[in-house]
Amino acid sequence: MIGLALKMLFGESAKYLMLVAGLFFATFLIVQQASVFCGLLRWTTSTLKNVPAPIFVVEERVEQVNETNPMRDTDVSRVRSVASVRWAMPLYSGIQRVRLTDGSFKTVQLIGIDSSSLAGAPARMVEGSLEDLRLPNTVIIDELATERLSPDKTRRIKIGDQFEINDIEARVVGICKAMRSFTGGPYIWTTYDRALQYTPSSRKMLSAVIAAPVDGVSLEQAAADISHETGLRAYVNRSFGDNPGDFSTATIWWYVKNTGIPISFGTTVIIGFIVGVAIACQTFYAFVLDNLKHLGALKAMGMGNWRLSGMLMLQASTVGCIGFGLGLLGTTAFAVPAIHKTQPPFYMPWQVPVFTFFVIQLICILAALIGIVRLSFYEPAMVFRS
Amino acid sequence: MISDTEISGSPSAGHKVVGVEGVCKGFGKGHNRLEVLKNVNLEALTGEILMLVGPSGCGKTTLLSVIAGTLRVEAGEVVVFGEPLHRMPPAALTRFRSNHIGFIFQQFNLIPTISAAENVAVPLLIQGLPASKAVARARDMLAHVGIGDRWKERPNKLSGGEQQRVAIARALVHEPPLVICDEPTAALDAHNGEIVLELFRNVARSPDRAVIIVTHDNRIFSYADRIARMDDGEIIEVTHQDHPSAPHFVHEREHLITHP
Repeated sequence: MIGLALKMLFGESAKYLMLVAGLFFATFLIVQQASVFCGLLRWTTSTLKNVPAPIFVVEERVEQVNETNPMRDTDVSRVRSVASVRWAMPLYSGIQRVRLTDGSFKTVQLIGIDSSSLAGAPARMVEGSLEDLRLPNTVIIDELATERLSPDKTRRIKIGDQFEINDIEARVVGICKAMRSFTGGPYIWTTYDRALQYTPSSRKMLSAVIAAPVDGVSLEQAAADISHETGLRAYVNRSFGDNPGDFSTATIWWYVKNTGIPISFGTTVIIGFIVGVAIACQTFYAFVLDNLKHLGALKAMGMGNWRLSGMLMLQASTVGCIGFGLGLLGTTAFAVPAIHKTQPPFYMPWQVPVFTFFVIQLICILAALIGIVRLSFYEPAMVFRS
Repeated sequence: MISDTEISGSPSAGHKVVGVEGVCKGFGKGHNRLEVLKNVNLEALTGEILMLVGPSGCGKTTLLSVIAGTLRVEAGEVVVFGEPLHRMPPAALTRFRSNHIGFIFQQFNLIPTISAAENVAVPLLIQGLPASKAVARARDMLAHVGIGDRWKERPNKLSGGEQQRVAIARALVHEPPLVICDEPTAALDAHNGEIVLELFRNVARSPDRAVIIVTHDNRIFSYADRIARMDDGEIIEVTHQDHPSAPHFVHEREHLITHP
């Protein structure tokens, strides 16, 4: 009966294509929007990815990584004094303006790291040497900066080029890979002391203390010890999960709760669902109505309601799988250039396609159920009435 | 008023396979209530072709549906092959239909998106036979009804006569002991109607099988062993033909039906 059900489905090419198109569109909307949403939220944690430190210690009221409540420089020593801390280094993180050689300004995310240990330095260098950061007036820029900070669009910034940060010279000694920031500006690394020179001075300048636990102590335990002994807030730096003590998780939830981003993307995802339901249910119902006399004949010939329902479920589910597959292909066509250009943000965790698959199957089950209800009320005797 | 006395004297009469006794069936409620079958009694025997004839709306198709087990009666008994259909649970009734009854519909009701052989194989698939075996048997049956070379064609590539042959093959492929036909020649021209009826006489008729045909088409009365004439929800006459398909008898029957 599987072959019969599928041949009946594929034989109605107009309705079949309409169903596939509707489910393709629904899949594309849901997966693409959900992935852009995830990508955007991932950007909010880019500093945590670009500054690879196991523990971030921040001022006690800080709730997410892009919020900086400056601390005293002595807080670094306080963190170092905690027994379960192996090392602790100062970190500056702030948005600064770069003046290009043509006089124009660009916004950048400036990161200042400890000059002796270089803790918090970029993990993947493309060109140049990390150690050159110890030379006077030097910076390491990310790949985005080579494009963004160039006054001439035909030429990228390279090692040896210079620009100014708050009227102070900055010379490029290295280019690295980095995740794009939520604000869209490129990342620039320099030493902590030089970052303070680049930044208009204020009483407290320390953004965070990055730290690592001694061997045998877990990140969570060390973070708890730091919080307990210093009164500062210590977050572990892992990827998004269910631990509220993780800085990525706390940051993403902060953006979910305090911005309109989820509502905006959620609305589009819901529209995708509604479009899928509307097209699939209407078209599948029309398909059932068109085939009602054939299905009625099958019923008269001795096919039970359960088997007929199974046939309709199979047909709907098959269309769902095809529409979902094509929708994923369409999303891939969107994703490849987006990932290549790193814009718009695109990140598709495995949960997105799996969730979408079940949503599409739910749409198909709804569509099939409408047909099944119609068919169940169809008396087999009706086939004798021409 | 039933005159059924001739049944026992029929040379082709077998044993009773369908018994309808005191059957009543109506549709609607209150002022819209319409009594379609009024205390109907009828029998069908193996080895015979029984035709239900009468004007439109007299209840022929409803009676056929009751006998086929596709419609529940409100009163009376319907016993087919010893099974009381009026008391049978829906699931058992569905199984009964798949095992015991072959259907031929007025508009053929062939599935347009599958081949002739696959259409014929449907009753076997319903019975659970594997598709390859079902299609092989369906091709044999198509050959039996004279269109073995057209097994790959979809119904829309076949003429009306060929489509009805496919429908006949579908009705017979699982060798049901009862074949139910609803206006089998209504959608056919005279030539194709004749071919189909010859097929009925040669293929559908069997000593172990009863064939019940509902028809308006007086051209085919001559193929019946018995004719049950209905009017206003009742069987008003059952007549027996000694020499089915004799041409002179056709004219007598026509006269009888049009001038009772």
